[in-house]
Amino acid sequence: MNRINKKLQEDHKLLSIYFTAGYPDFEDTVKIIVDLEKSGVDFIEIGLPFSDPLADGPTIQESSTKALKNGMTTSKLFQQLKGIRDKVEIPLIIMGYFNPMLQYGVEKFCQECQEIGIDGLIIPDLPVDVYHEEYKELFEKYGLRNIFLITPQTSEERIKYIDSVSDGFIYMVSSASVTGSTSGFGEETKSYFKRISDLQLKNPQIVGFGIKDKETFNQATQYAKGAIIGSAFIKHLNEHGSSKIASFVENVKALT
Amino acid sequence: MSYQVNEKGYYGEFGGAYIPEMLYPNVEELRSRYLDIMKEESFQKEFKELLKEYVGRPTPLYYAKRFSEKYRTKVYLKREDLCHTGAHKVNNTIGQILMAQKLGKKRIIAETGAGQHGVATATVCALMGMECIVYMGEIDIERQAPNVARMKMLGARVVPAKSGSKTLKDATNEAIRDWINNPVDTHYIIGSVVGPHPYPDMVARFQAVISEEIKNQLTEKEGKEDPDFIVACVGGGSNAAGAYYHYLDNPEVGIIAVEAAGKGIDSGESAATSALGKAGIIHGSKTLLMQTGDGQITEPYSISAGLDYPGVGPMHANLFTSGRGEFISVTDEDAMKAGLELAKLEGIIPAIETSHALAIFETRKFKEDDIVVVNLSGRGDKDLNTYIEYFNL
Repeated sequence: MNRINKKLQEDHKLLSIYFTAGYPDFEDTVKIIVDLEKSGVDFIEIGLPFSDPLADGPTIQESSTKALKNGMTTSKLFQQLKGIRDKVEIPLIIMGYFNPMLQYGVEKFCQECQEIGIDGLIIPDLPVDVYHEEYKELFEKYGLRNIFLITPQTSEERIKYIDSVSDGFIYMVSSASVTGSTSGFGEETKSYFKRISDLQLKNPQIVGFGIKDKETFNQATQYAKGAIIGSAFIKHLNEHGSSKIASFVENVKALT
Repeated sequence: MSYQVNEKGYYGEFGGAYIPEMLYPNVEELRSRYLDIMKEESFQKEFKELLKEYVGRPTPLYYAKRFSEKYRTKVYLKREDLCHTGAHKVNNTIGQILMAQKLGKKRIIAETGAGQHGVATATVCALMGMECIVYMGEIDIERQAPNVARMKMLGARVVPAKSGSKTLKDATNEAIRDWINNPVDTHYIIGSVVGPHPYPDMVARFQAVISEEIKNQLTEKEGKEDPDFIVACVGGGSNAAGAYYHYLDNPEVGIIAVEAAGKGIDSGESAATSALGKAGIIHGSKTLLMQTGDGQITEPYSISAGLDYPGVGPMHANLFTSGRGEFISVTDEDAMKAGLELAKLEGIIPAIETSHALAIFETRKFKEDDIVVVNLSGRGDKDLNTYIEYFNL
């Protein structure tokens, strides 16, 4: 069974952490992954840096720019990740924009992912209908789960379509925003979480955008299976480097 | 085979809407309604009236006698430089502001490079009394101060794009982010035939008034509506799309697209996307773009800010790869000379973008009885500083 699906069966709220590969330092990728697993994180999203990340706010864009300056590329990331499955068991998801994957060759990209032991992909600018028509078979051939986003503006009909094409979880964007731009969740957002929960979709939902600490994690997971932290973790890396990862995770995960 | 967009939003293999889900409701609302709205009688009436009374259309199709004599062929200039605000850009912003009103939007955002599209957007927002926010790269704000001042006079708020390379592509990213953050009340007026479907088609339709007029005017002057060639400069490609529009599927009319070679195709400082680009995705559209082998979008260079874009509209990508269009690139130096030459021969100072289109006559020879229409997309007032510095005027 795919590690993502297996993890989703666990009976607790899940914490996913995003970081940009090659940031803060080029060689940090493997260390960050190992430390995140040790700290008790449930999923890791490895950001493949892109020059023009439309759906991201300034924090993640700056980390991408830095990572590219550090020399990160698709093939270098794959080189760094070779052998990662000897070190960690945690589900690994690559999050990146579609153009670098197109240039690498989508099939070759998927094949490399499988060889390394990547479990899924999040590609914000690959729309669900294009995926469905052109790439679904290919992704499935290499055992990759493709994770789609929904937002408060996504219609119920479209959510159901996305649910039907998905196998894994649905990435529920908390508000109409780019990453890293909200502060706490209001009543409107909470009622959106509940509305989606009440749809009884076959794929569980993991909330992203606007989660930065224990409080927002708990709010987000009241109606959802888990939550994703991205920008707040990047800020932590920016301030503390890759040495104090456990303390960041503990602060969020101190659930009991 | 047609060179127009198909029902799925593609020109051949190019186009589509590669957008994050956060943008889907906005883009889908536009996609599902733009054609119906454009067909409405009230829309057409208002659009045409504003183009006539406010923009000053139809613009003349001027027979450039001395220029023609020099190059031994018949050259007509389509005088988009005489449009209000100084370029063809306003045709599109007039259309889109009316579209925004029909969609019930209250707030307008736009991106701008040199500031021409920003000024055209601020102008129509002032005309309609709508809120206007223009994203502009921090570096462009410094080098285009007069246009920043014009936008401010027109009541727009100019927001510096500080991310990435701080130029047009980053201003576009920031505008897209604003749209993501404001999904209900905001319309994004894209300034060229780029971006996700339906933008390339919608903008081309608003600019199509250019070739519609050429047909009528050429019939009057030459007794036939088709020129032998139509020439236009291409950055993103909106003036070209408008000039080609009604001729796209007529193989008798040669289509010539002129790109900015900058300091030379192989100099590393160029914006000649057809020569240097590869298929990929930029700003929501599959098209030709300049990028690294790893798929990172690179920064183009041209002396002309309006051609300084790393991609090209999907219509043009298809015209290039299908061979329907003839693509020529012109260096800064040759463009500047051509601009000066038109000023001396015809008393018209063209925008530097347009000067690229005029420069091809030195090397691309036409027959004496060929009718060649050049789309004179903009006037050179905005470029005076560059002309002054370049020629020590």
